[in-house]
Amino acid sequence: MTLPEYNFAYLDEQTKRMIRRSILKGIAIPGYQVPFASREMPMPYGWGTGGVQVTAAILGPDDVLKVIDQGADDTTNAVSIRAFFAKTANVATTTKTADATVIQTRHRIPEAPLSAGQVIVYQVPIPEPLRFLEPRETETRVIHGLEEYGLIHVKLYEDIAQHGHIATTYAYPVKVEDRYVMDPSPIPKFDNPKMNGSPALQLFGAGREKRIYALPPFTHVVSLDFEDHPFEVQKFKQPCALCNATGVYLDEVVTDDRGSRMYVCSDTDHCETRREEGHRGPGLPISGAQTVKEDAA
Amino acid sequence: MSVSINTRSEGHVFEGGFANPVMDSQGVFRRVMNALGEPGTVADLSGFVTPPAPLSQAAAAILLTLADYDTPVWFEKPENNDDAIGWMSFHTGAPRTADVFRAAFAVLEKMSPVEAWAKFPIGTSDYPDRSATLILPVESLAGGEPLRLTGPGIETEKVITPLGLPQGFEAFMTENRAAYPLGLDVLLVCGGEAIGLPRTTRIEEA
Ligand SMILES: [Zn+2]
Repeated sequence: MTLPEYNFAYLDEQTKRMIRRSILKGIAIPGYQVPFASREMPMPYGWGTGGVQVTAAILGPDDVLKVIDQGADDTTNAVSIRAFFAKTANVATTTKTADATVIQTRHRIPEAPLSAGQVIVYQVPIPEPLRFLEPRETETRVIHGLEEYGLIHVKLYEDIAQHGHIATTYAYPVKVEDRYVMDPSPIPKFDNPKMNGSPALQLFGAGREKRIYALPPFTHVVSLDFEDHPFEVQKFKQPCALCNATGVYLDEVVTDDRGSRMYVCSDTDHCETRREEGHRGPGLPISGAQTVKEDAA
Repeated sequence: MSVSINTRSEGHVFEGGFANPVMDSQGVFRRVMNALGEPGTVADLSGFVTPPAPLSQAAAAILLTLADYDTPVWFEKPENNDDAIGWMSFHTGAPRTADVFRAAFAVLEKMSPVEAWAKFPIGTSDYPDRSATLILPVESLAGGEPLRLTGPGIETEKVITPLGLPQGFEAFMTENRAAYPLGLDVLLVCGGEAIGLPRTTRIEEA
């Protein structure tokens, strides 16, 4: 018998079992942060070691893995993680959202709606939505335990008082099943509504902070807001310059040294798929002074 | 790992585990994850293991996938489960506990009296995950009175018809739901199949 050079999906079986138990508890208590004994991974923390460990614990030989970073399949981070699992778990990989059974992501939810049977794994840097209000873990646990979320509402309301609208645009906190306040990871708040009632299973892994949490399919997820300042997602005045898509999240791309910019889909697979289908955007950079992105006030 | 043993009387304890522990435990885990993520769906856990009676294939596959030395396993009738306990201990390293308060997993008997379940750990408000998972064998996962399930993991509602639930099961699960986020998670098992009923699931007569 020849022994493999590494464990399947890198992690040893004891570690996978521990992570798997944490995932199941997370599924049973949606939005609650389950502690787990995070392992050292052969990559730096900023690369999403929590998400990588969750993916490693669930991945099997029949899976098709997609990895995105800020919506793109081709960044160094995404390419490295995809290569890591192609090597250690010998899984098929894809850039097509619809073809993936497991999607690991940093900072975006794909534009194409996820479907039943898919699993999306979020890389989470700071899992505690109350951390900026209360640095002590013992205290935040008590707050979650007693459901004393007044403070986080105060912080959001201060945003309104200062800026006239809720200024938080990333990692915008949500409430899960009317119980736990949860950090959705640093996705743009544009993506928050996609979490609500998704037919896919959503798993969250924070490596440095050693937390796993989950949203089962069809879980009720509401972005925190106020009666006089309801939650709204970012809106874009222009369509994607390349594929003409509207209602998607656009990234600003500087196209020359005079500050000309264009706005293109952050989800590269979505953009490419649309262009393959024949959609064409205006394509040309717009002048530097024009503001295209507007945060809903 | 291969173990060669000549003790005929105990040989059965060493047999019947996962043929391929890495891939089999992954396969069982994904099915259990789906069972708890989508309450009411039937997970097929058959064919992975051949446990000693009275342990079902489903209960045994769940234990081999999730139990280890960190998770005390409590048996409702240890006196009926000598072989099952030996088999589980050999394949998982999990300690059998007689202390119901320490149970991470509880292997129940058919028609287990629900009054006794109040002793299982349901977690604390700081750590609701420090709770027991109950493995409850039933006569059949179909053919009984219909129960309507709602809650996370279920788009609208799901109806299950398990046969041979203990008396008072539904009332117990209603109380369990009321204690949320504390609570017990339940896996109904029969033969090689399982249905997940996490603490979030609301159960009522259909
Ligand atoms: Zn586009």
